[in-house]
Amino acid sequence: MIQTRGLCYRYPGGGELRFPDVDVPHGAVLLLSGPSGSGKSTWLALVAALVAPSAGTLHVADQAMGDLRGATADAWRAAHIGFLPQKLHLSAALTVQQNLAMAQWAAGRAEDKARIYATLEALGVAELAGRLPHQLSGGQAQRVALARAVLLKPRVVLADEPTASLDDEAAAQAVQLLHTTAQQHGATLVIATHDARVASLLSAPESGGWGQIGFSRLSLARDQLSKS
Amino acid sequence: MTTLFFAWRYLWSRPLGAALNLLLLSLGLASITFLLLVGAQLSKAFERDLAGIDVVVGAKGSPMQLILSGVLHLDVPPGNVPIKAVQELARNPLVEQVIPISLGDNFGGYRIVGTSLDYPAHYDAQLTQGRLWTAPMEAVLGATAAKAMGIQVGQTFVGTHGLGAGGHPHGDSVYTVVGILAPGGSVLDRLILTDTASVWKVHEDYTAVDDDDRRVMEDEREITMALIRYSTPMAAVSFPRFVNSTTDMQAAAPALEITRLLSMLGLGTDVLRAFAGVLLLTAGLSVFIALWSAVRERRTDLALLRMLGAPPAKVAALLLCEALWLGLLAAVLGVLLGQGFAQALALFLSLDHSLLIGGMVWPAGLWVVPALALVVSLASALLPTVAAYRVSVLRLLQSH
Repeated sequence: MIQTRGLCYRYPGGGELRFPDVDVPHGAVLLLSGPSGSGKSTWLALVAALVAPSAGTLHVADQAMGDLRGATADAWRAAHIGFLPQKLHLSAALTVQQNLAMAQWAAGRAEDKARIYATLEALGVAELAGRLPHQLSGGQAQRVALARAVLLKPRVVLADEPTASLDDEAAAQAVQLLHTTAQQHGATLVIATHDARVASLLSAPESGGWGQIGFSRLSLARDQLSKS
Repeated sequence: MTTLFFAWRYLWSRPLGAALNLLLLSLGLASITFLLLVGAQLSKAFERDLAGIDVVVGAKGSPMQLILSGVLHLDVPPGNVPIKAVQELARNPLVEQVIPISLGDNFGGYRIVGTSLDYPAHYDAQLTQGRLWTAPMEAVLGATAAKAMGIQVGQTFVGTHGLGAGGHPHGDSVYTVVGILAPGGSVLDRLILTDTASVWKVHEDYTAVDDDDRRVMEDEREITMALIRYSTPMAAVSFPRFVNSTTDMQAAAPALEITRLLSMLGLGTDVLRAFAGVLLLTAGLSVFIALWSAVRERRTDLALLRMLGAPPAKVAALLLCEALWLGLLAAVLGVLLGQGFAQALALFLSLDHSLLIGGMVWPAGLWVVPALALVVSLASALLPTVAAYRVSVLRLLQSH
């Protein structure tokens, strides 16, 4: 599902990051751990076809990412990548249902209310469809944002710091929800985090297989890919 | 759901800011609408009412007053002139037609004009009821006057002295309505026409005792002015000079006086136009600041849209549509407000019966207002749209 070989990214201002080779199978979980600024976001950007590698190869969902540019990259991302940002970014001007409709609009799809409600239903928040984001609790907002991430049935879900500023109980629920939802949709899950709790949460016996790339600040000092 | 829908929701997610920008833009466009409406209607009215009248001859005084009172019926006349002197002018080979105009009374604020049948013929007036007058004290009402006074053919009325309401009634001189004119859009709509002799009959307070006495009385009769059409365009050079230098009357050329009037009005118009321009510029800047702030505030939201697969042009279109909504709303509101201002001014100045200005009309030039709204909103949105187009998704990923 995600395969890298000699992957490098050169920043426009200079400096280059070299990433370890990975093979992440379909439906697996990959944890990108490490402090802020260590390259996790750049790796996510490469996988999402937001930036192009400067060297090496990257295949995501059978697509060679180096070949994707401009509108083709946008269309590919819309079809294959789901994204759960740290700050959720639900539009305050739109209801829950409209926030999901906007995801369909952004991807160039016709509005599909049935799918929106089905996705919200699967995450237990269908009754909140008419509410505005400020009328939701933190947990409800995260479920809505996750519904938006999996709405278009992506093959890869990228979650950026999903447990930041959550207490232990909420963090456990968030990781569990994310993991379960990705599994239900048959999507490969990539979690970028500097939260050490996520690794232990994923290590729970019921979590199944997962891999990890550990990043250190400024350079990839560690090249650690483990499979439990 | 469409880009327009999401742009609409984003626009009103900051209701106070959106309302303020809308107000500023609408006021600027309303000022321009008002100026265009007044300008277009004044030009049309002048063109319509002055057509075919080469010169107006009346008592000495202000030539502009003569035109305003005798042709447009907006002012009081400077005085009267002897009918004999006018008849003398009619025999001049440079003169094709003389239409006498006698003013002095009104009915319900509508002027009673003593004239000849040439006057309604000059404006191609058509009757909707009855006939034209054939004898003194028979009156034909213009469409607006008849409607306002609720009067029908066969009914009678008494004139009131003076050209505005409030004079004493000529109780012993009763007019009979014999005809009502169809609305023609000319000055006739708000006049009450009768024979010149009617005006003399109402105002002469003695009766001739014999033929000599009657002849003297007739020689001393006056009219207010005469509308004259030349037999040759060459007369425009010599005839007014002839009248002004050899008679006790003055000749005023409508085209010249109206040009002078419009140039005098022009100064005020220019000030209003500049004011409207400043308002529009302020509105444009305000819209720009609002959209620029919106891009800054929503940078991560816009980046998320890119992450969800929206091409840069689609994200930029969202901003552009927001500005277009503002422009569209402002154009509608601005035109409505401008029409309202024109109507209010017409009512305030009691000029609505004059047909000079009013609201609820759409001269061809008014299309410039929606066009201007489009230009201002698009120009204001240009830089914010470019910023939205270039929004960095990496910043979204690295924003923590």
